[in-house]
Amino acid sequence: MGFAFDAVLVAVLLWVAWAALSSRDLFRGIVLFIAFGLLLSMGWVRLGAPDVALAEAAIGAGIAGALLLATWARLPGKTDERPGDDLEGQERDHERQ
Amino acid sequence: MNGSERPRGEPGLLLRAGLALLLAVVATGLTLALLAGPASPGLTDAVAESLAGSGASNPVTAVLLNFRGYDTLLEMAVLTSTLVGVWALGPAPRIRETDPSPVLLGMNSVLIPLAPLICAYLLWIGASGPGGAFQAGAVLAAAGVLFIISGRRPAVPLPTAPMSWGIVVGLGVFVAVSLAVMPGGRQLLEYPRDLAGILMLLIETAATVSIALILAGLFIGGRPEDEP
Repeated sequence: MGFAFDAVLVAVLLWVAWAALSSRDLFRGIVLFIAFGLLLSMGWVRLGAPDVALAEAAIGAGIAGALLLATWARLPGKTDERPGDDLEGQERDHERQ
Repeated sequence: MNGSERPRGEPGLLLRAGLALLLAVVATGLTLALLAGPASPGLTDAVAESLAGSGASNPVTAVLLNFRGYDTLLEMAVLTSTLVGVWALGPAPRIRETDPSPVLLGMNSVLIPLAPLICAYLLWIGASGPGGAFQAGAVLAAAGVLFIISGRRPAVPLPTAPMSWGIVVGLGVFVAVSLAVMPGGRQLLEYPRDLAGILMLLIETAATVSIALILAGLFIGGRPEDEP
């Protein structure tokens, strides 16, 4: 039972990490990062380190997530568009500012 | 894909292959190290032996506040200087006055009164179980962040002590205690045995206030307008 739980936890952790990194939508990426932090704190509990789990949940998921969201709210273009991807859209953004 | 088709800023195939190889080697090395045998006990025995005279029964707190108190002192200095750096960048952006969603207000009315209670519990339990100043401060900071994003002003006026005092009190108390124990031939941060518990609680309480203010201050992202 414990082993099955750990195996699922590791698989979900890797999947969420990949989803957070590869997401083009920054908001989605940040939310996935917060979910990753909460899952990781569960991993620390399974490793018998509740102190680290508390710190991970409070700082890794909570405060870091809040800071990322606050930064996201201030970005002008809110998608992870690369230079040259959508020049017309970028020009529209510049005109609006 | 050759170089000319690649969009600007995109890493090349060689770089990607190199990074993948490097990651695979590191992951294999870590897995082999895990499988090689039981992990070295490290300093576990040394900590367990001297735990009785440390003033805390939780080994994590004993290490953080007593055995390696110097590291924690420097960490507080790093946190304090982080916020000083943010304040040096400029004033805080104005928070837009918008009507917050009823869900947020409802959640705040439950969570914000609970936060100081959880904070105090985590601070107190840190001496004997998982908890401590950093976690307690983070919980209090989270309540502050929830309050900031709700966009409401407090109905009861809060005491207007300057935020800058609250930010340095953690580092200040830590330095003061670490120097105050020195008379009597002791080293820096070498607490007297019978006072160790109360001194650590004093340091942690001041550190909790500062950590909460620093984390919430980082979220505000600039110097509040009534601060110098």
